[in-house]
Amino acid sequence: MPKHALTALALCLGLAAPGVAFAEWKPNRPVEFVAAAGPGGGTDTFARVVQSALSKNELLTTPIIVSNKAGGSGAETFIYAKSNKGDPYKLYFGTQDAYVLPLANKLSYGLKDLTPIAAMVFDPFILWVNPKTSGIEDVKGFIAKAKEAPGQLKLGGAKAKEADETLMTLIEHATGTDLTYIPYKSGSEAAIQVAGGHITANVNNPSESVEQWKAGVQKPLCVFESERLADTTVIADGQSWHDIPTCKEAGIDVDSFAQPRTIWGAADLPPEALAYYTDLFTKAAAAPEFKSYQERGAQIPRLLTGDAFKDFIKKHEASYAEIYKRNGWLRAEQ
Amino acid sequence: MGNFGQLMDGFAVALTTHHLMIMVMGVLLGLVVGVLPGLGAPNGVSLLLPLTFTMDPISAIILLTSMYWGALFGGSTTSILFNIPGEPSSVATTFDGYPLAKQGQAARALTLAFTSAGIGALTGVLVITLLSSWVANFALRFGAAEYFAVYFMAFASFIGMSGGSPFKTLVSMMLGFAAATVGIDTISGESRLTFELDELIGGISFLIAVIGLFGLGELLLTMEEGLKFEGVKARLDIRVIARAVAEVPRYWATLIRSALIGCWMGITPGGPTAASFMSYALGRRFSRRGRFFGKGEPEGIVAPETADHSAGSCALLPMLALGIPGSATAAVMMGGLMIWGLSPGPMLFSTRPDFVWGLIASMYMGNVIAVVLVLATVPLFAFILRAPFTVVGPLITVVCVIGAYTVANHMFDVWLALGFGIVGYVFKKLDYPLAPFVLAMVLGDKAEDAFRQAMLTSDGSPAIFFSNGLVATMMGLGLLLLSLPVLSLLLKGGRAAPKNDAAATPEGRSA
Repeated sequence: MPKHALTALALCLGLAAPGVAFAEWKPNRPVEFVAAAGPGGGTDTFARVVQSALSKNELLTTPIIVSNKAGGSGAETFIYAKSNKGDPYKLYFGTQDAYVLPLANKLSYGLKDLTPIAAMVFDPFILWVNPKTSGIEDVKGFIAKAKEAPGQLKLGGAKAKEADETLMTLIEHATGTDLTYIPYKSGSEAAIQVAGGHITANVNNPSESVEQWKAGVQKPLCVFESERLADTTVIADGQSWHDIPTCKEAGIDVDSFAQPRTIWGAADLPPEALAYYTDLFTKAAAAPEFKSYQERGAQIPRLLTGDAFKDFIKKHEASYAEIYKRNGWLRAEQ
Repeated sequence: MGNFGQLMDGFAVALTTHHLMIMVMGVLLGLVVGVLPGLGAPNGVSLLLPLTFTMDPISAIILLTSMYWGALFGGSTTSILFNIPGEPSSVATTFDGYPLAKQGQAARALTLAFTSAGIGALTGVLVITLLSSWVANFALRFGAAEYFAVYFMAFASFIGMSGGSPFKTLVSMMLGFAAATVGIDTISGESRLTFELDELIGGISFLIAVIGLFGLGELLLTMEEGLKFEGVKARLDIRVIARAVAEVPRYWATLIRSALIGCWMGITPGGPTAASFMSYALGRRFSRRGRFFGKGEPEGIVAPETADHSAGSCALLPMLALGIPGSATAAVMMGGLMIWGLSPGPMLFSTRPDFVWGLIASMYMGNVIAVVLVLATVPLFAFILRAPFTVVGPLITVVCVIGAYTVANHMFDVWLALGFGIVGYVFKKLDYPLAPFVLAMVLGDKAEDAFRQAMLTSDGSPAIFFSNGLVATMMGLGLLLLSLPVLSLLLKGGRAAPKNDAAATPEGRSA
């Protein structure tokens, strides 16, 4: 049936005078947002914030249903996309996982099964410790501690062979240290383990540790960005996000490692639907609900759509592939 | 103390007509969601979440938590009536609830379950009220080793539970562990036992297994036994409900024991599922009527229900205080908190006391309202069982299949559930216990993660499980529970074995 619809569509387009923009397309039934994470996870919150921004401002008037397909570290979502080719009523929310997951795992989907729509915002990564239990106050102290006893410094993060562990291998590579990575189910879980003094450090997004920072059981050492974060509102200890040094200036030579929050359609998403959603999410990124989400998470406002997003994906995937190759994580080609 | 004053302020926030109406609505919606297997509390709450975007956070959380209570009660209903647990934590309720309902005492079974659940929940809220400031710090002391110790205690207390052969318990548990490993492994990031099937990459949903093993398996068995369903004899008498409510206080020992287990497991990361299983197992061992467990013994309903609900309430505390959700539903609610602009964490208690204490106050009232409402539904549910099996049987099949499909909208899951149905039938025919399978499936991967995280932290030294007082005590208790069957065997010595498969039958594996 979709084939049929496409033929009809092609006919319509063929008849239309050249130069005329695509026929206006608008959803007329509920749209499903599939989040590649479990309830409460970062991607789930992202999808639900977009949902609330769209429906509160009446940018999208048909109902929006958020569902979670977190299986296989989110791969379930993109495999689901593959089985819904061309369906403009299902959108898929994720991070770089959409194109990074197939690098290490043998999965039945690839980038060709998805249509990139937008990267709405970027989450920076921060290196945290518990200053009281670890005695580490800054990056220098962190590196010294790591060199003192190779393999003894335990660093936690979410899941294995994904962003957090990748970042840890970058830290090891840049500082010439040997750390032990401990994977947890989520970044917040790792943060609590650091707060409780069970492990030494963790890397995650600001929002996952900010409450622990306020409570004095976690301290940010540096942010993995090329520039400092913009927000100068004081959070804790008289410090703001802006006061956290970049890792580069503090002595860990790792450049920007931000995580994009991405939205995808299935392959063969009709061009008029793509145009509609590109416009829609551009508007959503400016909505007050989304702005306050950005501020809470100290995120980097950077909206990518169309070719700019495609270029970014290409570069980002390549840089991940390189790191994965170095770590020996690339899946053996069949 | 200080908490009490704040609680009173909380009541002032929560006790408005508007909020009371929200509670009633939430509980009713929750009941509907809880009764339909496959839908369950987490899905229900996440469906309702968009509705709350325009509400103020306090009304929103009251609506969601009320729905949670309703769904928890609804989950017990299907456990008792159809042997299909709606939630992982109500599996243990099927062990005695379903047999009692089958004997024509569905109304009594339901009333017992609801009343003890209400008592459990209120105990949990009381603990939250009194200990909230202390609990948050206590939970921080739980590292991977402590997590594992909590799960270990649950497994250990369970080993001595089933009456059959220890070998069969072990086989069933190991199969459960195997089922829990399907999917992508947290520690290595590799997929395991997926046979390159896309459908298996997310692991096997617990609900699918339970719908098959319990719901469909039981149906097959009932059909073979000649379509006998004793529910027909059920008398519809309001006095039955009143009598059953009055019956509950008689089980005070079980109530206290179960509530304590529940609160402990709710505050620590064990959660409601581990709590209900452990409470059932310990009830069986320590209750005077323990040997009747599994045959429709009232205490066998009271024990898991009390523990389940007290743990369910207590589990909200780590969510608020640490931002670590104790259950799937709590995770959805936490997502809600962030969307409403609140950050769960240690500072929430000082930055938004009105929210926290309003919520706690609403938990008192929400549970009372829930108990009253569900008790009112008892005659209705008992009535369902009066229909002949030729009507109820196909109805259950339909509910099971729809439930299996709803979990993830996969046809594959329906086949999987049917497969589990056959497994469940074979298990029962060969007298293999299902409970260890379910427990291992629910807690298996968590226990595995915790164990491997602990070993990574300690560089492979098992000494980490005895490295401090807290974890050593828990491991010690676990080992003691594990060896109880062996100890009682030694004590009994030459005495003749009891004539039937009573709970006291010694069994266990040599560690």
